[in-house]
Amino acid sequence: MNIVVCVKQVPDTATERKLNAKDNTLDRDAADGVINELCEYAVEEALKIKEAHGGEVTVLTMGPAKATDTIRKALAMGADKAVHLVDDALHGSDALSTSYALAQTLKKIGFDLVILGSESTDARTGVLAAMLAERLGAPQLTLARKVEIDGSSITIERLTDYGFDRVQASLPAVVSVVEKINEPRYPSFKGIMAAKKKPVQTLGIADAEIDAAQVGLSGAWSEVADFAVAPPRAAGTIVKDEGDGGAKAAEFLASKKFI
Amino acid sequence: MAEILVLVEHVDGEVKKVTLELLTLARSLGSPSAVWAGPGYSEAAKARLAEYGADKIYVAGAQDIADHVVAPKAELLARLVSSASPAAVLVAATAEGKEVAGRLAIKTDSGVLTDAVGLSDGLVAEQSIFGGGVNVKSKVVKGTPIVAVRPNSTAPEASAGAAAEEQVEVELSDAAKAARVVERVAQDKGARPELTEAAIVVSGGRGVGSAENFAIIEKLADALGAAVGASRAATDAGWYPHQFQVGQTGKTVSPQLYIAAGISGAIQHRAGMQTAKTIVAINKDPEAPIFELADFGIVGDLHQIVPNLTEEVQKRK
Ligand SMILES: Cc1cc2nc3c(=O)[nH]c(=O)nc-3n(C[C@H](O)[C@H](O)[C@H](O)COP(=O)(O)OP(=O)(O)OC[C@H]3O[C@@H](n4cnc5c(N)ncnc54)[C@H](O)[C@@H]3O)c2cc1C
Ligand SMILES: Cc1cc2nc3c(=O)[nH]c(=O)nc-3n(C[C@H](O)[C@H](O)[C@H](O)COP(=O)(O)OP(=O)(O)OC[C@H]3O[C@@H](n4cnc5c(N)ncnc54)[C@H](O)[C@@H]3O)c2cc1C
Repeated sequence: MNIVVCVKQVPDTATERKLNAKDNTLDRDAADGVINELCEYAVEEALKIKEAHGGEVTVLTMGPAKATDTIRKALAMGADKAVHLVDDALHGSDALSTSYALAQTLKKIGFDLVILGSESTDARTGVLAAMLAERLGAPQLTLARKVEIDGSSITIERLTDYGFDRVQASLPAVVSVVEKINEPRYPSFKGIMAAKKKPVQTLGIADAEIDAAQVGLSGAWSEVADFAVAPPRAAGTIVKDEGDGGAKAAEFLASKKFI
Repeated sequence: MAEILVLVEHVDGEVKKVTLELLTLARSLGSPSAVWAGPGYSEAAKARLAEYGADKIYVAGAQDIADHVVAPKAELLARLVSSASPAAVLVAATAEGKEVAGRLAIKTDSGVLTDAVGLSDGLVAEQSIFGGGVNVKSKVVKGTPIVAVRPNSTAPEASAGAAAEEQVEVELSDAAKAARVVERVAQDKGARPELTEAAIVVSGGRGVGSAENFAIIEKLADALGAAVGASRAATDAGWYPHQFQVGQTGKTVSPQLYIAAGISGAIQHRAGMQTAKTIVAINKDPEAPIFELADFGIVGDLHQIVPNLTEEVQKRK
């Protein structure tokens, strides 16, 4: 089975994240780039499926040159090879542009199964998997907390507001995973060493037959017109419980008219 | 006035509060048309949509729409976008709402804005990003603006609409039927307000200690008329069902009041509650990061404080 995992490099949530005032895009240099946490769950699930059903796991990233760190992390976990879509023309792409560029690349490299995280920590649009399913004409099996494959049939448990749905389709398919699905493995020393030798194919937009007019800042369907750092939350009142914590909290709630 | 399509969120035929919020918002931008997808439409639903200003209601009641994942709703909306040429399409920024918006954006060659907390003239959306750290104004520059609006960002206000009904037949494509729902499993929902819609949320974390102890969280919630939430540590431990998880991979809530008891305030939890208007934290560790956000914090044992608070709330009622 040919499994492709989409992984994204995002600014570390533990550091201060910024937009760039020049063009209102994410400032990728301001913070350390790390693999999006949910993408680790996607890689883990791909490795599990490969272990059970055979095949090959390819990592696909669209991002600047420094996103190679993220690719190495996924390869160190055990993915077999990687494709890095990198081109200055992609800078400032929105979700539609990103899904278009990834879909073009996926058509080029082929797949039986595409796995993504259900969202990324920077933009949190949570639309990429659904968009890829739409663009590729493949079934959408998103928000999965469990994936089962039987021949060419795939069944997932999709998280819903009321519990979960069991959803079934045929391969090829697009899957997104939530963090309940597994526990991502840590790369071993051996894995880290081996990752250095694994093939990483670098593609530009021409290689992937991506139309420049549909990507980047000028090709995007949406734009950020303006932004401002939110005023910091005013420091709150912190009290120690001396047996009267409940009463003090009630006073506070009453002062705010909640009771 | 230009039409604004609003995708109705409904459970068992009951219209969710977020839809009333979207109708209220849509009224400030044009003429709201509610879009009903799937079975369950009734006179009561119609009355509710009319009460909040729906000038038109498109009803596509086919069971098919509910039996497949997301794609049929996007096909239905795409059809209406081409026939009605609306000025915008609004959906709730729930996990599924955003997925519908994403597919619709591609079908109609239109931009999509997710997690808007406001929408003003000229369809400029406000987004609150990086866990509330940065406020952004954004807009769609190609196609029909598709905006996923976060629940609780507009106060719903009644104002009667004409509610002219129009039945819509949809012939779903094979692609839309590719992912089939074979079973629906409901986990106990309870009588409390819906988590993402509640004005007050009381959440418990690892500090609660056990499933049984969640009873004290529930009692406080009931005294306040609140919804119950939980951290991932609590849902993973099986103390509370997963659909009540608040955070990056759980629900995003923006209530008037959020009470966090026995929750440390990890970044992934904060991502789901940071935009609450008022935050109260109860934690025995004075260094817990949740106190950085709290308008009011109590350092101490929640097993004492929460029952005391519940009693005080009941006394004052
Ligand atoms: C703060 C902020 C707000 C934004 N708001 C919007 C908006 O409202 N509308 C809009 O159209 N765009 C928006 N964008 C741009 C949009 O986020 C990017 O275009 C992005 O690439 C889309 O992915 P996502 O991370 O939001 O996707 P999500 O759907 O949240 O990501 C899900 C998964 O998709 C995969 N994935 C995402 N990006 C890549 C990639 N580059 N390479 C490989 N895999 C990937 C990963 O597996 C990830 O876990 C915003 C960006 C930022 C920084
Ligand atoms: C990809 C990913 C996604 C995630 N998504 C989410 C998410 O959606 N939501 C989420 O919540 N987490 C999420 N997490 C997990 C998150 O990182 C934290 O592990 C989690 O929020 C911790 O839960 P907690 O605060 O209840 O537990 P802890 O961090 O263990 O904190 C428990 C707190 O309770 C206090 N305490 C203990 N006993 C008492 C007492 N008797 N009285 C008062 N206080 C007491 C302690 O001082 C401590 O501060 C995610 C993690 C990852 C990697």
